[in-house]
Amino acid sequence: MSTPLRILVPIKRVIDYAVKPRVNKAQTAVETAGVKHSMNPFDELSVEESVRIRERGGVPVDDILAFTAGPAKAAEVLRTAMAMGADRGIHVEVDPEKDGGELEPLGVAKLLKAVVEKEKNNLVILGKQSIDDDAGQTGQMLAGLLGWPQATQASEVKFSAESGEVTVTKEVDGGVETLRAKLPMIITTDLRLNEPRYASLPNIMKAKKKKLEKKTLADYDVDVGRRLKTIKVTDPPPRQGGGKVDDVDGMIAKLKDLGAI
Amino acid sequence: MDIEDIQIYVETPDSPRLDPTKQMPSWILLITFMGTRKLSSNHVQYFKQLLGSESAVIDGVSKDASADLEAFNCDWLRKYRGHTKLVLRPKSTEEVSKIVKYCNDNMLAVVPQGGNTGLVGGSIPVFDEIIVSTARMNSIRSFDEMSGILVADAGCILEVVDQYLAGRSHIFPLDLGAKGSCHLGGNVSTNAGGLRLLRYGSLHGNVLGVEVVVPDGTIVDELSTLRKNNTGYDLKQLFIGAEGTIGIITGVSILCPQRPQAVNVAYLGLESFGKAQLAFREAKRHLSEILSAFELMDGISQELVERVAKKKPPLEGKHPFYCLIETSGSNKEHDDEKLEKYLEFVLSNDIISDGVLAQDETQVQSLWSWREGIPECLNHWGGVYKYDVSIPLPELYQLVDDTRERLSSAGLIGDDESLPVVGVVGYGHMGDSNLHLNVPTRRFDRDVEKELEPFVYEWIQKRNGSISAEHGLGIAKKPFIGYSRSRKMLDMMKDIKKLYDPNGIMNPYKYI
Repeated sequence: MSTPLRILVPIKRVIDYAVKPRVNKAQTAVETAGVKHSMNPFDELSVEESVRIRERGGVPVDDILAFTAGPAKAAEVLRTAMAMGADRGIHVEVDPEKDGGELEPLGVAKLLKAVVEKEKNNLVILGKQSIDDDAGQTGQMLAGLLGWPQATQASEVKFSAESGEVTVTKEVDGGVETLRAKLPMIITTDLRLNEPRYASLPNIMKAKKKKLEKKTLADYDVDVGRRLKTIKVTDPPPRQGGGKVDDVDGMIAKLKDLGAI
Repeated sequence: MDIEDIQIYVETPDSPRLDPTKQMPSWILLITFMGTRKLSSNHVQYFKQLLGSESAVIDGVSKDASADLEAFNCDWLRKYRGHTKLVLRPKSTEEVSKIVKYCNDNMLAVVPQGGNTGLVGGSIPVFDEIIVSTARMNSIRSFDEMSGILVADAGCILEVVDQYLAGRSHIFPLDLGAKGSCHLGGNVSTNAGGLRLLRYGSLHGNVLGVEVVVPDGTIVDELSTLRKNNTGYDLKQLFIGAEGTIGIITGVSILCPQRPQAVNVAYLGLESFGKAQLAFREAKRHLSEILSAFELMDGISQELVERVAKKKPPLEGKHPFYCLIETSGSNKEHDDEKLEKYLEFVLSNDIISDGVLAQDETQVQSLWSWREGIPECLNHWGGVYKYDVSIPLPELYQLVDDTRERLSSAGLIGDDESLPVVGVVGYGHMGDSNLHLNVPTRRFDRDVEKELEPFVYEWIQKRNGSISAEHGLGIAKKPFIGYSRSRKMLDMMKDIKKLYDPNGIMNPYKYI
């Protein structure tokens, strides 16, 4: 009989994937006021995978804990995660205005380490990156801090009930890579892993009754001090418009002009 | 339907008039003989000189250009085929004016064409009429952020305009499945209805002015940017929905509302049409001013989308009916609270069986695709008989049941390849009492047509419905207008046509 899983799913509220972000006038950050926010798409995959691990059976799942650290509104994504099937949520309220800016990956990893120790998790499934700062570091740092094995950018996760081993497939240039590890471990998710479900109305109603704990950074007693300083945020350079040439000779002349041939 | 299949009844000014309300198979086409002339290479020469550039004229008269002409001669449903030999792509209103004047003087027939996404063949020539495409007239002339009034060329693509407005916190008051291809001029000419009519009303209310080239070549500049103007007959209304029969719209002025900050979409499963009506009534009660769309899809429509698009359906189980509800408002918290109360109410009172609520923009778009993707998916098997009808709400879906019953008892429906009909599908803008009755078929079959027509039209006439709620008349519905309009109304319409287009050169053989 394999050990029951206690899964931690860290999630983040970010500017919606379909919204085009705009840099603020002071060029210090991206404009967030009045912009639609949703759960980081990679985190949706983590929630979905955790719920599927439970639904597939094979290994017993004791607990799926959705965790977020962020402003008051970040509680919305915890409700979404619980509507998708997470059992409960923890919200560490961090106000970037008061707390000296957004948490950095190392700060988040330290915070998660404290959560894992307190909640006795043996599997952490994280998105491989959050689409707002695209750092893609938290999972790896957490694995380092905990001294656990890690399998990043998972496209498939399989449990073996007998050996207690986890097999993770990831897509790499030119093929797939297969990793095997024993629990406890860290998995980060990639787009091919699954297709997240919709939050159904009955489950949204049920999620309202699920436990959502509010905590503060002080509860975990970790140093989340900022080590990075943002100098400037700018838009990528606009794409140069193309031009039309009349014929083949025109094209050759143009290419010569540009020094391409 | 190919032109060769159509029996042509030529109606001259002296011939006895047929009564279209009498039983008449649809493949008889009423053609009023106008005496337009054939196109010659001299004419083409004139147009080439007028428009200057090579790309502005697609000339199939002096050389073979059938491949280039194909896209203009055939509609996207591959249902209608024209035989034009000449496509003109003017760049300005002045050029359109000169083209039309020349055509009028030389008795050459003209078909205005926008994105060619119509469903009734209105933008396809019947014979070899010259196509005047608005594609190159595509600039936005002005936009006033204070009033929200946009003035734009007829050839602007709807989605492009909406993106432009999005950058200025406004929204185009019309949205429809073909938004990536259709042109504003075409939208206004056909009085397109679309998905947000429930919220923003019809183009008859939102269009403030039009610039039109009338058949003698005169430019009628009525690009008013006034919301109120009670001075004389409101003639611009004549051009909205005229399908290019009394002039070519070259520019429009339109009132655009503020873009909603918060949009929510829910997709619901229901066990009967009765429950769908209850859900709609409750939606109006709970969501009143933020309700922006209430769409109905029957079970088979969603099954066919699933089969063709190979997507995972939003709901776990199967339901006989589905509704898509969209709310648009200015404050997310307020909207969420209202919508949540509504959903809780309909769920706990067993009005709906199941449902999902989009959690992000990607899910919003993906839920919409289950409604917007229906027409395209139905096309998968071959052809689709499409009826776009308006019926009093309580009986809206009865038409689908009755039609299905009729085709079943005629032994025409089934999964078997030998049977012509794939299924009878109903969906539409429930909020506007507008149903799309669609019959996807594996091939066009006379027996199917005989069962459908005039049955469908008579069914609608009995309930004082409209045989064309938003798709217009074009060539497809022209013979059947009598089911929805009185003789007197038809005579008045014909008088207008004669008054503005005495030579009958504008989009002939169609409409009325």
